[in-house]
Order: sequence, then structure tokens, then C-alpha cells
Amino acid sequence: MGDILSKYDIFGAFWVTIQLSVLSAIGALVLGTIVAILRVSPVRILRLLGTSYVNVFRNTPLTLLMVFSILGLSFILGINLSQDLSRNAYLWAVVVLSVYHAAFVCEALRSGVNTVPAGQAEAARAIGLTFGQSLREVLLPQAFRGAVAPLGSVLIALIKNTTVAAVILGTSEAAGLLAKITENEGASLPTFFLFALGFVILTLPFGILFTHLSQRLAVKR
Amino acid sequence: MKARRLGAVAAAATLALTLAACGSSDSGGNAGSSGGKGLKIGIKFDQPGLGLKKGTEFTGMDVDVAKYVAKSLGTAEGDITWVQAPSAQRETLISTGQVDMVVATYSITDARKEKVSFAGPYFIAGQDLLVRADDSSITGPDTLKGKKLCSVTGSTSAQKVKEKVPDVNLQEFGTYSECVAALASGAIDALTTDDTILAGYAAQDQYKGKLKVVGQPFSTENYGIGIKKGDTAMCQKITDAIKTMISDGSWQKAVDANLGPAGYKPGAGNPPTPASCS
Repeated sequence: MGDILSKYDIFGAFWVTIQLSVLSAIGALVLGTIVAILRVSPVRILRLLGTSYVNVFRNTPLTLLMVFSILGLSFILGINLSQDLSRNAYLWAVVVLSVYHAAFVCEALRSGVNTVPAGQAEAARAIGLTFGQSLREVLLPQAFRGAVAPLGSVLIALIKNTTVAAVILGTSEAAGLLAKITENEGASLPTFFLFALGFVILTLPFGILFTHLSQRLAVKR
Repeated sequence: MKARRLGAVAAAATLALTLAACGSSDSGGNAGSSGGKGLKIGIKFDQPGLGLKKGTEFTGMDVDVAKYVAKSLGTAEGDITWVQAPSAQRETLISTGQVDMVVATYSITDARKEKVSFAGPYFIAGQDLLVRADDSSITGPDTLKGKKLCSVTGSTSAQKVKEKVPDVNLQEFGTYSECVAALASGAIDALTTDDTILAGYAAQDQYKGKLKVVGQPFSTENYGIGIKKGDTAMCQKITDAIKTMISDGSWQKAVDANLGPAGYKPGAGNPPTPASCS
């Protein structure tokens, strides 16, 4: 056990996992909010656009999207984010994780929007606020507070889903390093538990934090 | 409500059936290995030229070696149960008794010897490069500077090439098939792993004539047959079988039939002399 820790840079691998998680979480939150706004907007075509986005990305396997980003977009269509192949794969992994989880963020936010009584939206329009203003001042602030718990689940899923990036990313991230250790040392239970523990340490605090936040921030009705 | 209860009953029944199936296959397996008749052999299912499953047929050099060895152990071809042995699971499959032996591009290494025993080697492979047939700019690892290289995540080949050419531009995928596709389309310049595996891909119908193995191996991989740790009697029998296979010409036939179509010639040291069992 000790020699595996000293021979392989496990902390470095988890650091890459954390980087991927943070960057993708920010990307997914921004993109997901935009898609959620599209889905609740009064314009039919925008709603359709938002719905299509969610249906396409929520129903496509993440592994497929990952491989497609490199084999399809980068290699065949020539959309390279960097000339260095491993950097290119890293950036594509962030993009794919963001795009994929944005669909789930959107649905979480929409469930938050649904916690706001319809009367509030109607009242906001009745006092003369535009769609944008009522969204900004009335709907979204309450929607985010109502969506804290599902957003937490999405974040935890995102952290664990970074392991899928191993199919294009090589050994720099945790699941890739696990593949390398298994190749060199053979499969062993302690190694598996070590990596599982790493992910529990990363995700468990978020679970507790988001449960706590969802209770504190819930809009009392 | 009624439908749901029926569903639960069906689920329970399925579960019970699955469990029963597990139990019976376990006992059947044990009887097979102790009787010495049926053999469970772990091979690759997805490696053209070495171990490939096509429908219910199995082809490849590893398969031919396994069949020959099984025959000398007194097992007819029909009594062999082929088990898929992905690289990461080979030690576990052997140590838990799910297979009697593993013939799956299994390099003999000291780390693996701590967990399993090896008979052989039956073939000496080396890490090499696969390039497009019209590409003459890559002649070996020293010419890889500025080239785009592909290999499999965490594989020994990927690690070795990083050691040898530290600033290599390496893309890692989950499987070699993705690398080969990218190589044929021109998106990457070379693919690296054991020359046997490369020759197998180059010999596939859709890539025939489009890809070539460079032929400058820069490592030595001794393919052995993995068996339960410390089973010297079994090791001795397998070693004898490999020796006769080489001396009666079956070995050469297997190599030519499975790896020959791509113009691949076994590297130096072949055919190998199997090490003595300890």
C-alpha cells in the first residue's frame, strides 16, 4: 500500500480530478442557467431550442460524447482547442462535462422555478416588469434557493463522472491512474478502496453542505 | 397495485433463477478442472490476429497456442471453455480459479510473478510503431519528435514511450481500435504497442495495405501462459507442449496464419526457448 502511494502521484491525479470538477461545474452552471431560461421563456422557438438541448445531451451516454469530442470534432472536423494532444483532450473533457451536466443543471433549475407559485410570476408581469426583470428579480433568486438540493446531486454526479474522461485523457486523472496501477501491479482491493475513499472525501462534504444549505435557504411558504 | 405485486414476484423469481444458475456453473467448473478434462482458458476477445471472437468462432495466435496446449493436456477442442480475459482482470481470473490458464498477450513480469506463475515464453514480442503505409518519416522512437502518437490509457506501452520520448505528443484512448481509426484517417501519425497487436490490426481487411509496422522493436515482451501460482506440475506440462509445438512446425504455422498477412516477421529471439519451471 505504502509503495503504491510513493510510486504513483495519486494526489496529483486527484488534483486533476478537482480541476476538472471545478471548471466543468462553473461551465455547467452558466450553460445550464442559460438553457433553463430558454426553457421558461415566453418565445416558443427558444423553448423548443432549450428542450432539444436537454433531450439530446441528457439522453446521450457521456462516454460516447467524450470519444466523439476527440475522434469526431477534433480529429475529423479539425476543431482543436490546443496543438498539444493531452492539453487538447483535457480542454475537450472540460467542455464535454460542462455541456453534458448543463442539461441536468437546467432541469434542476426548472424544478426550482416550479417551486415559485405561478401567482408571483403573474404579479411581477402585472406590475410592469419585463420578462427579463421578473426573471432576475423574482423568479431566479427563488428558483436557485429551491433548487439547491438537486443542484448538489448534479455536482456530486459531475465529480464522479470526471472519471469517464479517462477514455480520452490518459493517466493524468484519478481513473486513468487507477488503470495504470492495475496494469503494473495487478488488481488489488486496497487500491480500489483507496480511490473510492478519495472520491468519498471529495463528494461527502458537498452532500452534507448542500443538505444544510437547502434547509437554510429554502423559501418559507 | 396488483401489477406491482406481480412485478415484485417476477423480480424475486428472476433473482432466484440467477442465483441458482451461478451455483450450478460454479460446481460444474470445479468438477471440470479437477477431472482434467474440460479446460477454461482466458483469452482476449477483441485483439485481431491474437485472440478474436467472431460469432461463436475464436481465431488468433493465442487461440491456436491454447488449443495446442489443451490438446497435449488431453482436452479436445470442444471441451475448452473460452473466457474473456481483459488485461486488468488476468491475475484475478487465475487466482480465483475462474480460468485454468490465461493465454492473452500476457507479458511475463516480476510484478505479475508475485501473483501468478508463468509457463513459457511461447512468443517474444516487442513494442513497435504502426504508421500509415505511405509514411516514411517515422523509422523508430527517435523520429517521433513533433509527431502525434496514440496508445491506450495506462498501458505499459504508453508508459514506456513516455519514458523514452519525454516530450512526445501522446493521445490516450480506452481501446486500440479508436487509435487505429484515428491513424487511418490521418489525425494521428503513429500508434504504439506490442508489434504482434499492431500486426493483427494491420492485417484486418479494412486496413490491408494502408498501414505498416515499422519493425524496430524497442522493448522485449515475453508472452507466457499464466497459471495458478506454484502449480509446477501444470507448468511443466505446458512447457513441454510449447516445446513440441515449436519443434513440429505448428508454431510457425500459427504465426504465419495469424500475423503473416500484414507482412509481419517475428523479431529476434523467436521462436523462444521456454524457461524451466520453478
